[in-house]
Amino acid sequence: MAKRPAPTEFIIERDDQKCIACQACVRMCSNDVHSYDEQTDTVTSDSAKCVGCHFCGTICPTGAITIKRNPSEFKLNANWNAQAIKNITKQAETGGALLTGMGSDKPYPIYWDHILLNASQVTNPSIDPLREPMELRTYIGRKPDKIEFTVHSSQLTEKNKKLSTVNCELSTKLSPQLKLETPILFSAMSYGSISLNACKSLARAAAQMGTFYNTGEGGLHRDLYTYASNTIVQVASGRFGVHKQYLEAGAAIEIKIGQGAKPGIGGHLPGEKVTEEISQTRMIPGGTDALSPAPHHDIYSIEDLKQLIYALKEATRYKKPVGVKISAVHNVAPIASGIVRAGADFVAIDGLRGGTGAAPTMIRDNVGIPVELAIAVVDSRLREEGIRHQASLIAAGGIRSSADIIKAIALGADAVYIATAALVAMGCSLCQKCYTGKCNWGIATQDPYLTKRLNPEIGTQRLVNLLRAWSFEIKEMLGGMGINAIESLRGNRQQLRGVGLSDTDLKLLGIKPAGEAW
Amino acid sequence: MKKPNRILIREEYCMGCRICEVHCVVQHSKSKDIIKVYKGEGAKPLPRVIVEEKGHISFALQCRHCEDAPCLEACITGAMYKDKKTGAVLCDEEKCVGCWMCIMVCPFGVILRDVSGKKVASKCDLCIGEEIPACVKNCPNGAIVCQENK
Repeated sequence: MAKRPAPTEFIIERDDQKCIACQACVRMCSNDVHSYDEQTDTVTSDSAKCVGCHFCGTICPTGAITIKRNPSEFKLNANWNAQAIKNITKQAETGGALLTGMGSDKPYPIYWDHILLNASQVTNPSIDPLREPMELRTYIGRKPDKIEFTVHSSQLTEKNKKLSTVNCELSTKLSPQLKLETPILFSAMSYGSISLNACKSLARAAAQMGTFYNTGEGGLHRDLYTYASNTIVQVASGRFGVHKQYLEAGAAIEIKIGQGAKPGIGGHLPGEKVTEEISQTRMIPGGTDALSPAPHHDIYSIEDLKQLIYALKEATRYKKPVGVKISAVHNVAPIASGIVRAGADFVAIDGLRGGTGAAPTMIRDNVGIPVELAIAVVDSRLREEGIRHQASLIAAGGIRSSADIIKAIALGADAVYIATAALVAMGCSLCQKCYTGKCNWGIATQDPYLTKRLNPEIGTQRLVNLLRAWSFEIKEMLGGMGINAIESLRGNRQQLRGVGLSDTDLKLLGIKPAGEAW
Repeated sequence: MKKPNRILIREEYCMGCRICEVHCVVQHSKSKDIIKVYKGEGAKPLPRVIVEEKGHISFALQCRHCEDAPCLEACITGAMYKDKKTGAVLCDEEKCVGCWMCIMVCPFGVILRDVSGKKVASKCDLCIGEEIPACVKNCPNGAIVCQENK
């Protein structure tokens, strides 16, 4: 047989006793899975088209729809597994590279799940965050080598011999900092890869929670300038939408070198997604493909990177931090060291499990290293070289919970970037079909039928709820350890212990095995 | 909570799923049980909210409860009246004779002919007795919202 249809991934079960044939599923599915038959007054589903996004199941007013994995199986083969057979079949059919969305779903070890946190018992008191102050505020940016004060002795009176803030002044000039009320930022997602309503939700949530979102390389839509003080603007290899006003609008600038989901390769926004608004925001002709080259064509060394960092600092009068985002690759520690020495105020490291709107499957699933190891080795390296204070570290790629965040910070990060988690909060169910532009949840699409499904008021509220919940959990865990400020946990690897890890893993992570005391 | 007297429609968030219509039907049914209404109760009531669609634009429209409601003037029997407390325009189905004058004059086309029993004008009653109208409560995307009675 020359032609084989794509395998059916999901089976849709419709409970006929519950289905009232209201056709909400028919109207809502962008993949045309459901159809209504007027003659019989019934709704039927074509499971072969289902991507498993669960929108129909969510919207169904009677809960009549259940989506299951197709139990149809190939002969069990540990080597030639179902995924390998499906991939080969697909490529034999199309002759193209396999494309996918979101982060890698391969079962690489998740080090977060092999790291345990400490808690206070007897010898040091734990802290109850509901009754005692607990600080999650942190600052992203270069810290001074030392700080000096000027004391105005004339203000010292007989009565007030102690130094107070009135007569003591910081004389060291501090570098520009980003003030975060919680150590969680929204990672780069461009307007183009996600809808404007999704961007608005992220921007508003960041503003409400005193943190930041990142424009990705999609430029800054005119409606988003309102949230400029909570925006990190990105300068990526395509330089889309980068202009003076854009750079000046952001609270910080991030140079994107790489992305965890696709280290070493560029980006490609297909022309169909380049709508009028996106074309204006990105400053490219409408309907043309937006191609981000793999490298920046003006950066081939740390020295070149330094030039861009200082060009951006110069352009913004040294008023805002300029950082660099790289994907976690084998040589990440020396690269990060070079980046810090090149003058970056923060370094974002995006791990193997980081998400994307579209990436070649083979790259996503086989290139890069887990962020846990990357953060640990970068933090260690920067400390060894005595330059850790010169830049903040942001961990990204596969942060799923507040526990992951607290472990990332204890491993050495200043804060974390979340993106997949934010999308899940807005409805995403990780069907990994972002690249099709048919996102039923109105997130990864520019289709006007679909984008309005994400009401930014609801999106904002859900994101705020998530950040609030995670912040509270972080406070609880910090309190348990007897620590009352997130900055006191940064790089405090004594609070971590590894379970089920090899000696090499433990050495790289810089943590002791569970069971070993201080 | 005071009874809301206005339902606002936000066309920019209406996805056209028509779930408001389903819940309106259920709310005005005998059993108020969604499955019974659609599968066992026989004739189901008409939805009093209608989703209008053209291209990707859609919105759920129900009686605007106009301040100077033309249907009130047009009504020959005095069935159409304005509730003094809430300002809602309601139809007294006892008095209604199904002459459809209200339908003729309604500028929004939100009054429907209910011919399932005695001919009556079927229109939004703001779900009397409910804290929040069914369409507002069940819209999955906040595209129908209440405005508090000032």
